[in-house]
Amino acid sequence: VEVRVLAPTGVIGAGFKKESLERGISLKPHVIACDAGSTDSGPYSLGSETPKFSRDACKRDMQLLLAARQRLNVPLIIGSCGTNGRDVGVDWMAELVKEIAKEQKLLFKLALIYSNQSSFFIAEQYREGKINPLEVAPELSEVNILNSNIVGMMGTEPLSAALDKGADVILAGRASDSALYAVVPERMGASKGLVWHAAKTIECGAACCTTPSADGLIAYIRDDHFDIEPLDLELAVSPLSIAAHTLYENANPYLLTEPSGVVDTKAATYKAINDRVVRVTGSKFHETEKYSIKLEGSECIGYETVIIGGIRDPKIFNMLPKLLPKAQDYFKARIADIFAGKLSEDSYSIGYRFYGLGAVMGTLETEKLNEPSEVGVLITVKAPTQEISKKIAALVAHVSSHLPIPGYEGLISSIAYPFSPPEIERGASYRFSLNHVIYPEHPTALFRTELMEIK
Amino acid sequence: MQRLGDLCSLIRSKNAGPFYLTFDIMFNDQANYDQVKKSNIISKSLVSTLYKLEEGKIQLVFHDAAQAIKISIPRPIFQCEPGDSDCYGGQQYVPLQNILI
Repeated sequence: VEVRVLAPTGVIGAGFKKESLERGISLKPHVIACDAGSTDSGPYSLGSETPKFSRDACKRDMQLLLAARQRLNVPLIIGSCGTNGRDVGVDWMAELVKEIAKEQKLLFKLALIYSNQSSFFIAEQYREGKINPLEVAPELSEVNILNSNIVGMMGTEPLSAALDKGADVILAGRASDSALYAVVPERMGASKGLVWHAAKTIECGAACCTTPSADGLIAYIRDDHFDIEPLDLELAVSPLSIAAHTLYENANPYLLTEPSGVVDTKAATYKAINDRVVRVTGSKFHETEKYSIKLEGSECIGYETVIIGGIRDPKIFNMLPKLLPKAQDYFKARIADIFAGKLSEDSYSIGYRFYGLGAVMGTLETEKLNEPSEVGVLITVKAPTQEISKKIAALVAHVSSHLPIPGYEGLISSIAYPFSPPEIERGASYRFSLNHVIYPEHPTALFRTELMEIK
Repeated sequence: MQRLGDLCSLIRSKNAGPFYLTFDIMFNDQANYDQVKKSNIISKSLVSTLYKLEEGKIQLVFHDAAQAIKISIPRPIFQCEPGDSDCYGGQQYVPLQNILI
């Protein structure tokens, strides 16, 4: 068996060289796959249902990939559409793909696979004890669930079911990145250990090259090994760069959990077969006894207004630990007064960060920091609405710049502001509310597929 | 005695998902990697002191094929939660650079 899997780039919208894709086409891959999203950027995309990359950047990449697919007549599989994998993200990508099909006069069968999870359904499952936290997970309540946008991360099975129905192009909601690359070789009977390790290796595109790039790779999965080759002849992978890629953004480099099992790279060996291609052997896959779907959720926790400033006077910044609690007490009283008790104390917050005094590492800072010559101030006000957060921020900015400094007689401006007004509205703020799994009755049970002919 | 930062080719920190912080200590020189590994200085106990958490919560792997040491810890504040000053976890590695081997 030899299955050739083409990964054109790390993420749709990041770009790749046209010439690299052209070379990829000449190598006759059995599938082209790529993800279009991730949680790496934080909870904003999932919470606000907005894509990270521009429509123009995604259209540029998809135009080339759809044309390549047409020429090769192989499946094109795109996952985590719209960055967050919400249903609106799939629809956003579908609309874009339909527009390209019309412009390029392409014909194909399109499958849309949706991964939204109803918060009512998840809340019900939670009440029945069927939502299980992973080892490190946020505290969860029914209220958190009901306030969250939730997606389930699919494995290969919904993709495979769409291929069974003749899909040429699959636009999937939230999906395991590796599953996008693994589904076709798994169907063609390649060894699961090699398939999943190869999938893990190519899921960031040419990021695993000795010179990481936004470009593509091809994996040749054979009976007892797989080879990784960059599409661009100028790029190379080395045994070290491929082995090291298992470290990237993973907590455990040897064991990588997928819905249907665990990829085990502990016994893998990496060998250069020439100066730009690496051969990998010995990868294993341990099937799970209980198929699990990971849930991701993002919850709005308020609206923020930020204030940026600086303090030059050491007497002032050295005194901040004493001054701030007094300022916070003052804010509490003043806000209670202004909002006439309509805003409870726990519904808003006023946070200070002092750059130069350990803001970057916070509680993880262990080094003794020297006294800086000046200190950067970032104040974050969070409240239930943007309007309230701005009102509070205006008060906070004013009061913070006139802190009473013991030893200084008379009024002094205690913070330098670079902007006027100093308040900057930041919009909604989100948190990841879930790092949990659910055990579905069937691997496809939580996902919905729509098929259509594009002509 | 040499600083770890001078013996390796890259020390980085990064999120491993929203709930973990991970550190990669990478070497382009086999002898340096072997020296650091054999010194037994990089241990869960040391990481526990540097990053103020229980040893039981630390994952530490010497990845020979990658010539790298990997350390992962739960994030003290989950990604982008109020108070998180490093949403991508990219600037948390500096205490590792100054470990003396």
